This record gives sequence, structure tokens and C-alpha cells, in this order.
Amino acid sequence: MNFKYVIIGGSAGGIGAVEAIRENDKAGSLAVISEEPTPQYSRPMISEYLGDGVKLEEIVYRSLQFWEEHAVNILAGRRVVKLDASMKEIILDDGIEIGFEKLLIATGGKPIIPKIEGTDNIEIYTFTTLADAKLLLEKLPNAEHIVVVGGGLIGVSLAEALAKLRKKVTIIELKDRILSLILDADGSALVAEAIERAGVRMITGHSATRILGKDYSDSEVREVVLDDGTELACDLVVFAVGVSPRIEMIDLAYIKVNRGIVVDRFMATSAPDIYACGDVAEAHDFTCGDSRALPLWPLAYIGGRVAGSNMAGLKAEYPGGTQMNALNYFGLPVITVGIVNPPVDSGFEVLTNLRRESRTYRKIVLQNGIITGMILVGKIDGAGIIFDLLKNKVNVKEFKNNILSEDFGLLHLSEPLRRDLLGRN
Amino acid sequence: MNAPDGGSVLKRIYAREEYCIGCRLCEVHCVTQHSQSKDIVKAHRRGFSAPSRVRVQEQGPLSFAVQCRHCREPACVYSCLSGAMSKDPLTGRVIHDANRCLGCWTCVMVCPVGAIVPDVKTRKITSKCDLCEGLEIPACVQNCPNRSLVFQEAPL
Repeated sequence: MNFKYVIIGGSAGGIGAVEAIRENDKAGSLAVISEEPTPQYSRPMISEYLGDGVKLEEIVYRSLQFWEEHAVNILAGRRVVKLDASMKEIILDDGIEIGFEKLLIATGGKPIIPKIEGTDNIEIYTFTTLADAKLLLEKLPNAEHIVVVGGGLIGVSLAEALAKLRKKVTIIELKDRILSLILDADGSALVAEAIERAGVRMITGHSATRILGKDYSDSEVREVVLDDGTELACDLVVFAVGVSPRIEMIDLAYIKVNRGIVVDRFMATSAPDIYACGDVAEAHDFTCGDSRALPLWPLAYIGGRVAGSNMAGLKAEYPGGTQMNALNYFGLPVITVGIVNPPVDSGFEVLTNLRRESRTYRKIVLQNGIITGMILVGKIDGAGIIFDLLKNKVNVKEFKNNILSEDFGLLHLSEPLRRDLLGRN
Repeated sequence: MNAPDGGSVLKRIYAREEYCIGCRLCEVHCVTQHSQSKDIVKAHRRGFSAPSRVRVQEQGPLSFAVQCRHCREPACVYSCLSGAMSKDPLTGRVIHDANRCLGCWTCVMVCPVGAIVPDVKTRKITSKCDLCEGLEIPACVQNCPNRSLVFQEAPL
């Protein structure tokens, strides 16, 4: 089998590429290989699937006829075992060889399981795919207390879903606070309060060192033991300590890999006609100016669009991304972008406005008058205006103090900037 | 040149700030038009009304109304986690499907003009200008007493 375009991965990055390819080339043969046998769906919505009883039809990312509508040969439930970059060919798990003219690697990330005692033989769970959510739903009727290892984005969203199902939940976080990568101490504290109010217990500053099984069973968990010896009896343990790029099928002789696959501003890898995007790739970060792995859904989609345009013969440049997250855990709106924990005495200017009683917080981090990071908690209206100033590296010296006000808006910008945005089309 | 907004050239709402008197009638008529009753009194009953999708900003003599720009490269569509936000390939309108909205606020984070409104009171989802689907001229434009808001193809 041969196709003009082959995409490995049918999630955000793959779908972005399909849409961009079809906007520019209606007829070129196109195949997508997706490991998941299900229809495409929104991975961030698996917590709604788990916690709110939302059905699969309601968490699809595009219409159920998406592949047909875009003339895609979808190979679902199949895995790529080998990629031969020099022969421009991939091999599937059933031995079928597929040749390509242009290839996109959008294989995503796989959950990291720390190597600690017990993870080899005892059933442990992760939470990144629909299959993970389904498996948890199956196990939950017999589980009262669930230990979630990891207090990052996935851990907290899982804890929220489990709390909605009235389960007893404990989050174990190695750092001294939850969401430490994307929030500062004050921001973390506000989210932690919301989590506590929902009845979820958090143990920070500790790690799980052993998982012990029940006496009569090799595979069922009895308790999690922490580094200080604390024993937490539980019925399920879920690991949410991050994802690592899925590069096992990559031929390292042809494709340069750092932590993820290294791509340029056109999402091209070091091998000709092979592109990569999403959690598997290391792409441009407009805050640090360097390339880094940022496992975020919107960036996977945007990177996929750029790759798809270039595969179809256009010249599209990736605008870059950064650590950027909007959260709504337990009803508390939070937006956090860029460098929010600048090193002390490093020339960064930090402006903050914390109001504990109303549970609102604003923080702006600047360097030479340019915003490099922001946190908004509680009141998030107009956040995108600040995000756009950050992304476009606009000097905000003249109006920087207005940004700390909840009423900050376009009218605080300079007239040319304001007119440009208001007249945008 | 291909029409970048789809088959036809999209008409957009433009705010002429020098004509805006800050009366906020655009907000009143937006809420009314998007209410179930379409009745100006019923639509504004306390606690029942969703926020206006057009918002007037005002400081001293300066005021203007802000609503979705229906961008050619819509950051909200590209960033939407659930797929609720889409750009109609035929009309060029950026459409928000409330039933598929997750209320994650990602679109609020990336909208460069701050035109997406987090509706925390009624449904915990976002809300934005739909150019008044079904009306020839959007309600805010129609009811702007000083013709500060105009609905046209060409930018100002």
C-alpha cells in the first residue's frame, strides 16, 4: 500500500494535519493510523466521561463522520512497529507495509510509571485515554479509596472526576505543592483550597515508594507506602506523573531525537518529508525562545495544522507555544501562561494582586517591559488580551499596572494597538 | 485571491469609537436577542439572564463595544479542547456549540480581543457573538442609536 500522506496518530495533531491537508489538497491519498479502536475524541474530556457520565458521542472532537468527510483511509486499532525513514515506509503490527511521500508522526505521549516496588506485579492505572477511563469506570464500584500519584494537571482533573463520584481520594505530590509547574505558591494555594473544600486529601512533599498487594492476591493493591513510612490503605492506585514522548518506532539514525523528536519552525524533523507535532515533538516555545516538549492539546492541533499545510506543499510557520493552561477545577477558574516562577534576582519584574477573601489572584511577570508570564485566578475575563501581548512581545511599560486590575481591557492599550485589535478580521 | 472567510466575504461588526456614546444599548439588545422570550423586560430578569456577548468598555470620554472578530485564523477554534468552537467553511463565522462546550476557559485564554465571555452564572460555559444567526443585521448594530456599530464587508 502507498499513500501520498500518512499520519501516525488520530488525536489532536493528526486531526489538525488532516484538516490543513484537505484545505489545500482535496484528492491526495491520505491514511491515518490510530492505535485506538474508538472514533476520534477529545482526550481532555475523559474526565467528563468518567466523572459526569458523559457519553462517547458527546466527547468526540469532530463529527462522527470526520474521517469519511475528509476522505481519510482510517486504520484504527493498529500500531506502527517500525518506521523506515530512508525507504519512506512504515510497518504495522500485522506486518503490512505502507509507503508514503509525506509522513507526520503524531504519536503523542505515554504515561510515565516510576520504577518503584510493586509496579511490576500489582495492577496500577493511568489516565490519558478513553480506554483508561473505561477501565477505571469498571473498577470503581469496588473501590472506596483511590490514591492518585501526581498532583499535576492529569492528577488533579482525575481527582475532581473521582470526587464527583463521591469517592475518597488522596493525591500524593512529590513537590511541596500541587500544580507546581504551572502555578506559583499563592496560585497553588487557592486551587488547593478548592480541592480541599471538595473533600480531596492532598499529601505534598512526599513520594510513593512501595505499592503493596493484598495477601491473597498478587495483583490487587492493599496500600501505598510513602517515603516517610506512612501507609495509605487503598483500593486503586493511579499514576499521573506525566507523559514521555512515544518514540519507540523511530529510527534514531535518521530522525534526531532529544527528549522528544526535534522539529524546526515548519514542524519538519531532521529526515526529509517527515514531520512531527504534539506530545511526541519538541517545538518552538515563544517564551524561552528555545524548543521544548509541551504536551498540550491546543499546541498539538496547531502544530498538526502547520505540518499538514507544509506536507501539502505550502510554507507555513509554527507560531510557537508555551506552557499555557486554562483550568476550571472544582469551579475555580484559573489561567496560567509562560514563566510564572521566575528565578529570584534575575531581572524579572513581578506584579501581583492577591485577594484571599474573594479568592482572586493576578500575577504578571515582566522582563524589560515585556510580559513573560501571567496567572489569573477567580476572574479571568479578558485573559486573552494579556496572552496576546505576551505572545507578540508588546512592551507594556506604559500601562502595566492596569493589567493587575480586573477591569483591564482593550481601552488600556495604546490607540494604534487598540484600533488594530478592534478592526481585526 | 481566494475568499479567506469561505465562499462569501464575511460581513463583520466594526466599532467606530468616536461615535460611541457608551449607552450600552448594544448589550441590552444582545441579551434580549439571545434570550428565550426575546422580550426586553423578561430577558433581563435578575438571575436569569446570560451575559451579553458584546461588551462596552468605557473610561472617561472613550468608549467602544467589543465582540468576536470572527478571525481568519481563529485562536479559539484552534485551541478548543472539546471541538465546540468551529469556523463555518461556507460563511466564515466562528460558531460556538454550547452543547459541546466543556467550560474549560481555553478560548478565554487565547482570544486576542477578550471577546469570549465566561458565563459562570448560568451554565459554566463560554459564550460569544454569533452575528445574530437568522437576522440580516445583528441586534447590536440595528439598535445602536449613534451608528457607532456598523456591519460591513470592508474594514474601517
